Amino acid sequence: MLSLTGVNTYYGSIHALKGVTLTVNQGEIVTLIGANGAGKTTTLMSISGVTVPRQGTVEFLGEDITKLSTEKIVARGITQVPEGRMIFPRLTVRENLLMGAYLRNDKDNVKADEEHVYELFPKLLERSKQHGGTLSGGEQQMLAIGRALMARPKVLLLDEPSLGLAPIVVENIFEIIQRINRDGVTILLVEQNAQMALQVAHRGYVLETGQVTLEGPAKDLLEDPKVRSAYLGLD
Amino acid sequence: MFEQQLFNGLTLGLIYALIAVGYTMVYGVIELINFAHGEVYMLGAFLCITFIQALGVPLFPAMVLAMACCAGIGVLIDQIAYKPLRKAPRLAALITAIGVSIFLQNIAMIIWGSRPVPFTRSAVPAAFSETAFTLGSVNVSGLQVFIYALTIAMMIGLTLIINKTRIGTAMRALAQNATAAALMGINVNRVISFTFALGSGLGAVAGILVGMYYNTLSATMGYNAGVKAFAAAVLGGIGSVPGAMLGGVVLGVAETLGAGYVSSQYRDGLGYAVMIAVILLRPSGLLGKSVGQKA
Ligand SMILES: Nc1ncnc2c1ncn2[C@@H]1O[C@H](COP(=O)(O)OP(=O)(O)OP(=O)(O)O)[C@@H](O)[C@H]1O
Ligand SMILES: [Mg+2]
Repeated sequence: MLSLTGVNTYYGSIHALKGVTLTVNQGEIVTLIGANGAGKTTTLMSISGVTVPRQGTVEFLGEDITKLSTEKIVARGITQVPEGRMIFPRLTVRENLLMGAYLRNDKDNVKADEEHVYELFPKLLERSKQHGGTLSGGEQQMLAIGRALMARPKVLLLDEPSLGLAPIVVENIFEIIQRINRDGVTILLVEQNAQMALQVAHRGYVLETGQVTLEGPAKDLLEDPKVRSAYLGLD
Repeated sequence: MFEQQLFNGLTLGLIYALIAVGYTMVYGVIELINFAHGEVYMLGAFLCITFIQALGVPLFPAMVLAMACCAGIGVLIDQIAYKPLRKAPRLAALITAIGVSIFLQNIAMIIWGSRPVPFTRSAVPAAFSETAFTLGSVNVSGLQVFIYALTIAMMIGLTLIINKTRIGTAMRALAQNATAAALMGINVNRVISFTFALGSGLGAVAGILVGMYYNTLSATMGYNAGVKAFAAAVLGGIGSVPGAMLGGVVLGVAETLGAGYVSSQYRDGLGYAVMIAVILLRPSGLLGKSVGQKA
């Protein structure tokens, strides 16, 4: 459904992605794990067209989307929940959600999707008139996910949704991610919390300094001695 | 005497406010002080009298036409001069803005000459120059009524656009987090164009009103007004639209009262003194968010 082939992305002269190749199939949860600075965020930004790869291709549903603008990529069905949540602090919760549906003109369905988001995250309904910036970290993460769902994505890219959240909130967020996936949304999940990510994912990739060094079914990666010592802090 | 001064100051302040929102909105979305904004204001006034004189268009349609032209000019300035510099250091764009300002001033001198010209008197309704009503000791002219009604209506309209429409919300979103705005599927360049069009249209109206109020237009009129309105935007808190409105009004009143009670020679200086005082006491401006709290 979504595939990267030999993607090389630079920040000026910094070579951040050195030929990343990965595939996400319809209906899957795929996780991308790796240490700080490995290039996880850059991979998602290269898919979303925020940082355009210098070499290599990003294909979605059989079409090359490497050079498309971000809004065209969103329009095709790839939405990102960025690292650090990036909610709009001085828009209300409701306005944040509506920005997620910016490209849609089917008002009635947008309304229904808004209700659906409030169902997934009842806290957001309570706070719908509050500014996004006044929410707690966990609530902001819920808002960021809800906002992305408002675009009715085919593929959802999630960048470290567990970052800075209490374990109980993380559990809750991961349950919701699985529910979203069961509802038919394909997911590419970037995480440093490899334990959690590999438990919910079908397959995983390990990224090290801009290159994929390991890939396979999530269960196998959980057992992999290298993954266990480097990313799970075990053995 | 005091009431009359205050009233005249408010009139001027509302016009400053109309220009100041253009600075603040553009700053909000691309973090650029658009120094050419004063020239758009000047072009609005000249285009208006040109439509009246050369094409025989009546005043109000001429105003609408000038507004539309300036909206287009604002968009063009951005596309040609600023868009290629989106990712460049802000200083490069700032210097470019100053260049555009000088360029437009010179174009205006070539077309309309370098001497001040009067506003087309015959096109202005006679009622504008008469006293419309007296409120206590204050004489209110027809033109002042027009200026109040128009500027206030436009600011209400602008506030509604920014707060209630989809593109207005996108403007605010873009100002708060450009990457996130793009990730929502917002066409960032289109929203920036919209911002320039909106600010430039309002600036044009301000230019026309000033042209009528002082009955004089000049190719350099944009410089002074531009600096004043920029000061008003800073005074209110750059990036804040209500702040720019308030800043414009405060500056207009301070200046007019200063000129009336101290000396008209200090008119400009007093306006800036107020601005400097506010910035010293409250660096983020009257309604600005506190410094360093962008995200
Ligand atoms: N805007 C930028 N300018 C220059 N270099 C950058 C920029 N963003 C990222 N990099 C560099 O690119 C490399 C990959 O960064 P990236 O943010 O993709 O890593 P990451 O895996 O998401 O890390 P983290 O887990 O800390 O979020 C790093 O070496 C980083 O320093
Ligand atoms: Mg990252």
